[in-house]
Amino acid sequence: MAVAKAESVAVVGLDGYPVEVEVAIAQGLPAFNVVGLPDASIQESRERVRAAVASSAEEWPLQRITVNLSPAHLRKAGPGFDLAIALGVLAARGRVAQERLRELCLLGELSLDGSVRRVRGVLASAIAAARAGKRAILLPRANANEASLVGGIEVLPVEHLAQAVRFLRGECELDPPPASGPEEVPDDDDLADVRGQDLAKTALEIAAAGGHNLLLQGPPGGGKTMLARRLPGILPPLTHAEALEVTQIYSVAGLLPEDAGLITRRPFRAPHQSVSLAGLVGGGGLTPHPGEASLAHRGVLFMDEAAEFRRDGIQALRGPLEEGSIAIVRGRWSVTYPCRFQLVAATNPCPCGYAGDMVRQCKCLPGRLAAYSERLSGPVVDRIDLQINMDRLTKREIFSAEPGEPTASVRERVVQARQRQAERLHAFGIATNAEIPPPHLEEACRFSADAKREIVASVDSNGLSARGVHRVMRVARTVADLAGEDSVRERDVAKALMYRLDGKRQ
Amino acid sequence: MRFKNKDGGLFAVDIDARVVERDDDEYPEMLTHLADAPERLWVAGGDLRTLPPCVAVVGTRTPTHYGEEIARQIAADLAGSNVCVVSGLARGIDAWAHTGALEMGKTVAVLPGGIDRCYPSSNREIYERAAESGALVAEVPPGTATHKRRFTHRNRIIAALSVAVVVVQAAERSGALSTARHGLDIGREVFAVPGDVRVEVSAGVHELLREGAAVCTSAGDILARVQPELARVASGRSFAPIPDDMSSDQAAVLAAIGGEAVSLSAIVSGAGLSIDDMAVAVSRLETSGWIARGPGSLVRRVR
Repeated sequence: MAVAKAESVAVVGLDGYPVEVEVAIAQGLPAFNVVGLPDASIQESRERVRAAVASSAEEWPLQRITVNLSPAHLRKAGPGFDLAIALGVLAARGRVAQERLRELCLLGELSLDGSVRRVRGVLASAIAAARAGKRAILLPRANANEASLVGGIEVLPVEHLAQAVRFLRGECELDPPPASGPEEVPDDDDLADVRGQDLAKTALEIAAAGGHNLLLQGPPGGGKTMLARRLPGILPPLTHAEALEVTQIYSVAGLLPEDAGLITRRPFRAPHQSVSLAGLVGGGGLTPHPGEASLAHRGVLFMDEAAEFRRDGIQALRGPLEEGSIAIVRGRWSVTYPCRFQLVAATNPCPCGYAGDMVRQCKCLPGRLAAYSERLSGPVVDRIDLQINMDRLTKREIFSAEPGEPTASVRERVVQARQRQAERLHAFGIATNAEIPPPHLEEACRFSADAKREIVASVDSNGLSARGVHRVMRVARTVADLAGEDSVRERDVAKALMYRLDGKRQ
Repeated sequence: MRFKNKDGGLFAVDIDARVVERDDDEYPEMLTHLADAPERLWVAGGDLRTLPPCVAVVGTRTPTHYGEEIARQIAADLAGSNVCVVSGLARGIDAWAHTGALEMGKTVAVLPGGIDRCYPSSNREIYERAAESGALVAEVPPGTATHKRRFTHRNRIIAALSVAVVVVQAAERSGALSTARHGLDIGREVFAVPGDVRVEVSAGVHELLREGAAVCTSAGDILARVQPELARVASGRSFAPIPDDMSSDQAAVLAAIGGEAVSLSAIVSGAGLSIDDMAVAVSRLETSGWIARGPGSLVRRVR
């Protein structure tokens, strides 16, 4: 009996775990079995591996072949083990040197003609391989750039199984992966394109500066979507660590474009209202996948017509909004995905969209109206510090030739306000005003006596609720940070009071 | 207000009432719709011109728990939507309507006797609060004793002041029905709240419904139906004069608001102020009771 070992990586959640692929070839009736908690997709590997080996001018042994994936308790899925199994079989037959194989981590799906196809989660796998002390990682050429983002491990890109065999025999060298730096993509969604809506643009700037969630309410055609799309642009650029996190999520979700390097732009995700629960927060039946909330990690999750989303979907966002991560538990597996996103929700004021409109009459029945506003209320709206109404544009605003302030200069102010917050909030272990928990508000915000009086006065005159007060305090703090003030002034509170939609009724 | 007991009712010793003649600006134009409109009114409380448009909420003096609850809720919702609730300060539905309205806004009590007579005396708190937040109105001189005969005659004023009359509970021969009939005579919309068919105080409202009154199950029913009428009355409102010492920013904001509910962004473009200055002005005006924020970010002037 001949035995060989190859190494690969299984990705669970966002983390890679080393997997040993053992191949034993024994005398007996020809058979090919995979054991060690493989799922249905790995059972399919057998057919691909057999065809790919034959296509690479190698002989398939007509013997009893057993493949064991260990550790056996770890659930393994996907086609990424194809390359490791094929090379393991060839090593067991002595076609490639076992010692050479053991130095490498192997990743890749095989096509029937032997070519090596790109797989998901390469970034996470490469990180795990580097941590496990592997010298190099052998993987599909299409994934080479992604793996190069990880330092400390050599990347060996291959296009065909036969090429991998020749390389392992020392018969050829592999081309290094094409170098790719983070490319500067010009931002085509500039804030200067938004005409009018000064109040809403200021709200966007405050939201960006303090990390606040934002609710845009208004009739169709007010430019809610246009405005929301411009939020990622005015946020501070991703740090390298953040960019790696984001890239890792996209890598696991299989959404990284081919040859793409690091994702350097903050994500903007705008799922449709019909998105399923698993699509929104992540999940899946046999294999977990990150949802829109995680794909928006370190970026913006935009929910247009937010009241039309399924109720359980809206509810399910509560955890992510508080924790910045989501744990998905199914019978057979459980994973945790990060999802520290900024929420921008847009709603019509009522189902027909015209309540509060100055020109058109709303035709909704009172009962439906109440049910509509009910949908968003509660857990999610509580987490939204800034609420603003956007009117339909007047003709003058639509044709106004004057462009607004460009994204770049707004971003500069946002970056400065963030720095100011980071310094002040360092002691509390948080970075933005939006995260200040109510017990620390007084201490962390530094209100002037005038500002405090202003808040008390607004409690009396508009029946601001306790939650409303907390929201106003956080927003006022950000307004002061944008103005470069150490303590919150009266006018900062007055400005914060503009950005709420609860009239006297709440 | 200090009170003395007199003829079984309460007598306000030092009430600050004024006379409004038919020719005066303050005399409500809607009252002239009556064939026998009063020549003068005695008024205590706010200027009648500054009140929001009115809706009458009336009913039996002996309501069930259901009637009380509905009257209070509808009145509160109406007041919260910037509608002034008019009623007659009687026991039962009237008292609950006033109470609900005072929770969220303004109310007008039309008294059957002199302006200084709080009848019934158990409603003294409502009487006092209506004078502070809204108004008390009487058509007979101070000192006139309250008499039962005056009740139905007074009801025509309740109906005339209002753009709509809502009857919450009323037995077959209830005075509330006379308010509804007065209203119909001068073209006011009449609403009736359906009740329990086994209860005596439902008979009157069901009769109204049979005759074609509109069904009312919430304040929304009324608001939806009389929206244009409310808007028409509101646009004819006049506001308190702007004091000389008001800042120019605040005056600019008030000018931009005018007589309608406008959005904050409309104020920004209308007042020609920076967002920061506008925010400060709006906040000051709000705390000093000149303007109020409604649903959405609509702002309207309240005085």
